[in-house]
Amino acid sequence: MAKRSAPEVNAGSMADIAFLLLIFFLVTTTIPKDSGINRKLPPMEPPNDDEVVIKQKNIFTVLINGNDQLLVEDELMELKDLRKAAIEFLDNGGSTDAQGNSCDYCKGARDPKSSDHPDKAIISLKNERETSYATYISVQNELVAAYNDLRNIRALEIGSRKGFSNMDFVMMEKNYKDTNFNGNKEKLKAVIDQIRKEYPEKLSEVQ
Amino acid sequence: MSKFKSKKDNALPAVNTASLPDIVFMLLFFFMVVTVMREDTLLIENRLPQADQVEKLEKKYPISYIYAGKPAKGYEKFGKEARLQLNDKFADISDIRAFINAERAGIAREELVDFLTISLKVDRDANMGIVGDIKKELREANALKINYTVGTGSALDN
Repeated sequence: MAKRSAPEVNAGSMADIAFLLLIFFLVTTTIPKDSGINRKLPPMEPPNDDEVVIKQKNIFTVLINGNDQLLVEDELMELKDLRKAAIEFLDNGGSTDAQGNSCDYCKGARDPKSSDHPDKAIISLKNERETSYATYISVQNELVAAYNDLRNIRALEIGSRKGFSNMDFVMMEKNYKDTNFNGNKEKLKAVIDQIRKEYPEKLSEVQ
Repeated sequence: MSKFKSKKDNALPAVNTASLPDIVFMLLFFFMVVTVMREDTLLIENRLPQADQVEKLEKKYPISYIYAGKPAKGYEKFGKEARLQLNDKFADISDIRAFINAERAGIAREELVDFLTISLKVDRDANMGIVGDIKKELREANALKINYTVGTGSALDN
């Protein structure tokens, strides 16, 4: 009997099948968009906590009520004005810090009735149970933006002296985390730490 | 002589499509590899608010997700108020502590336990009452690193 060769399989529809699968994966792919505002919660305190007296002028109170209205320093305020008000408060530098050093990098009005020093200035955020989450996030965002704006200005000032010119604070942090960054990371870390110390993020939430 | 030349010889030869499947398969494998399937099936509405001062959530540290929002379509029997979702089911505020402990136990490398970040994915229309309760429970469970996961956009449009 003659040896019969197996008939060739028609592979013409292979492309169609592959296209079908391709389109399925194209449609189901979701690019993960996980980014957000990092916060650190305060640890549970032991009940016998001695009161720390903070001067009223060093506290910037932000209250969000149940109708998503903002009360900043006992005055009604629009969300878009919050960042500016917070910057003015933080950068005021009216007096000295705890060690008696005056704020030589502050550009504020140096109003004796506002905060003494960025090191002492505290933002206190209070919300009600009925406040909507979206408004709360907006306020958080604006307050973080106030700190970031101040730090960015400061970073542009001292960065050029330390060899990191044209790099704002957000950029510096990004570069520090970036493994491909080809610069002196230890020096960069020192600059970041200095700016963090000059404008510490003191955001307290009333529970 | 050329009288009987067939017309076929003048036509352009067909493009060889034999390598088309290969190209398509290459694309297919690329998408198969980069596709990330959702970790949890959402039982709630989850439209995140927007903010622009965001930091990336670092994947090299362990992350646990807590969802909150109004029950989605098909789950109306669970009410209209914002509810909490842990893993694949609705949960109570009091379940958070057990959830955190389970998540901690599930971290393979012990030195990373302290770096556990809690990503809060809360619907924009939820109110702060439930978020405050979650935060209080997290403090009790000593899980202090949190991240309000948001979309990127202008916060003034919220």
